[in-house]
Amino acid sequence: MEVDITPRHIYSDTELDRTEGEAIEALKRSTQQPIPDPDRWLDEELRRNILLTSLDTILNWARRSSLWPVICFPACCAFELIAANASRFDLSRFGMEILRASPRQADLMITAGTLTWKMAPQVKRIYEQMAEPKWVIAMGACGISGGIFRSSYNVVPGYNRIIPVDVYVPGCPPRPEALIHGIRMLHHKISKRSITEG
Amino acid sequence: MALKTEPFVLNIGPVHPSTHGVFRMRATLDGEVIIDMEPVFGYLHRGIEKLAEERTYTGVIPLTDRLDYLASMSNNLAYVLAVEKLAGIPVPERAEYLRVILAELQRIASHLIAVGAFLNDCGAFFTPFLYMFREREKIVDLFEMVSGQRLLYNYMRIGGFTQDIPDEFLPALDKFVRQMPGFIDEYDRLLAENEILLARAKGVGILPKELAINICASGPVLRGSGVNWDIRKVDPYSIYDRFEFDIPTGSAGDCYDRYRVRVQEMRQSLRIIEQAMKQLPSGAVRSEVPHLIHPPAGEAYAHIEAPKGELGFYLVSDNSIAPYRCHIRAPSLMNLTALREMMLGWKIQDAIIIFGSIDITMGEVDR
Amino acid sequence: MTLALSGQEVVAKLEQQFPGSVIESSENNLLVKSESIFDVAEYLKSSPELDFDYLNYIAAVDYYNYFELVYQFTSMKHNHSLVLKTRCYDRENPAVPSVVRLWQGADFQEREIYDLMGISFEGHPNLKRILLWQGFEGHPLRKDYL
Repeated sequence: MEVDITPRHIYSDTELDRTEGEAIEALKRSTQQPIPDPDRWLDEELRRNILLTSLDTILNWARRSSLWPVICFPACCAFELIAANASRFDLSRFGMEILRASPRQADLMITAGTLTWKMAPQVKRIYEQMAEPKWVIAMGACGISGGIFRSSYNVVPGYNRIIPVDVYVPGCPPRPEALIHGIRMLHHKISKRSITEG
Repeated sequence: MALKTEPFVLNIGPVHPSTHGVFRMRATLDGEVIIDMEPVFGYLHRGIEKLAEERTYTGVIPLTDRLDYLASMSNNLAYVLAVEKLAGIPVPERAEYLRVILAELQRIASHLIAVGAFLNDCGAFFTPFLYMFREREKIVDLFEMVSGQRLLYNYMRIGGFTQDIPDEFLPALDKFVRQMPGFIDEYDRLLAENEILLARAKGVGILPKELAINICASGPVLRGSGVNWDIRKVDPYSIYDRFEFDIPTGSAGDCYDRYRVRVQEMRQSLRIIEQAMKQLPSGAVRSEVPHLIHPPAGEAYAHIEAPKGELGFYLVSDNSIAPYRCHIRAPSLMNLTALREMMLGWKIQDAIIIFGSIDITMGEVDR
Repeated sequence: MTLALSGQEVVAKLEQQFPGSVIESSENNLLVKSESIFDVAEYLKSSPELDFDYLNYIAAVDYYNYFELVYQFTSMKHNHSLVLKTRCYDRENPAVPSVVRLWQGADFQEREIYDLMGISFEGHPNLKRILLWQGFEGHPLRKDYL
């Protein structure tokens, strides 16, 4: 039997492909160096503002107790993230059981998978749509440095080429306990913030 | 007076709240009905075929894990069978039986996620998924006992395994095999005659038999359309011809049939595991293989019935320590070919269910 | 067991239908000229005693002087399989007829071979890059892409 597979779209798919391809090439050219990690909180710890300390404590406690991750599941680490959410390693005891599909309602991005250059503009767009304050956990070896695929032609060597990363969780894939340890480290980092900084 | 309408292009983007990975569909809608659809993928293309040419034959095994990351044991098995066919390496009996046991356990684990994600898409948001994960954690515990890893095992080697299974594996496996049919019965009681599931999945996304053969589909997608074709029966590899099991097939080729085929395959896998456990011999688990394998120049193709379909590896060797070319025949890529025909005329809510019922893993489609 | 047909069994029938298309037939595979791939494949699919209705895979290999395309067919009714090969000696613009009108499963595979190896398929209605983006320079799976 012969089935006709000639495409009949109402839009020009080659035009769309060409503009998207140009966006990918532009992103690749403009991100030759990794973005430095946001480490300013290390300096802030030395200078304490006594007037706003209790307000800081309450705000930071509120922010870290209900981090809502955004759903962005490229690859294998996604299933360890889902297992961390499931009944055995329960993430909802940290207030994180809601995985938000819309980035506007989320404040944490857990990058669960390998990033490729074709996917990079989409991930950057999702990160830019998240509202401040927002944090990023780079999960797995592919998120930190490209992992086992580092020498490939299509793999970005680590998420910190395109978005600033706060916590790195190594493993391939990291066990749910390791991910929970990384989330606790992020909680410590959030509790040291002050509202006087940006 | 007729209402003037205009078709509208909706991008069901690479990031979407279902667990099937980074797959993009550019759907042209007329109201809510899909009139055209273009799939776009490649967002997880990591170049595994090219990377395999730089690594030794044993070093490619961790790369094959990451293809269908929900069924790593099956990927390892297909690759290792291809190398053994190329180099003519025999495998001891105990290793063959263990391979069958691990591959069938992996099939159960993969189908649990497939069924759970399908029900997730149907609207039962997360409850059946968490139930399936409860069973999957038991299987993952067994795998962790054996290989030390929860998801990407890297356990099979060319010629067998490096280490034998620990002593506590077989009693734990026995306990699991005795408990699991009860759990499958529980899910059947809750879901098989459920009104909502029948209304959403019966008659939706029909793949006719001739089209299924023409697109070279395999696995539950092909069997759900009524074709009785399972590599374990028509072209047995390893020692599958020593076991008795049935091949469940559907009749209509709709989403409900594919779901039923997967649930029944889980029961048949338990049957195979019981038989293999009874017949398990003792002995060595690896044949004498050098550390660096130099197969003679030539080519070989080996295929297995992975949980998603027919997974095959085509290897070309030029008598060096690395493969000259490693081509991967991915079942999910072939099963996706008819996605456009299956979706035309349905509403956008049905599109998600149709896509979920094919059960793809993007690591395999994009490689 | 799926019987792997040897090239010699099929070559007699093919020579009758399409004289001059077979270059070499060996125990494992059959090598044909690249222009006659579509006709040979159509004959293999429609003839009742061969009846190859299932295409397992299409693979492309880069040997430095030529590209080799490997097709494997299986017949569901008779449960036998055959490997067909063809070679392309052109390095700049290799082109081969497409078999997508016979087996729709060849659609994505041929697009992928075009994307990664650069071999174009004449008669494919939608030949554009599938795994990499439009504007990517080069064809990564070739041996001279570093």
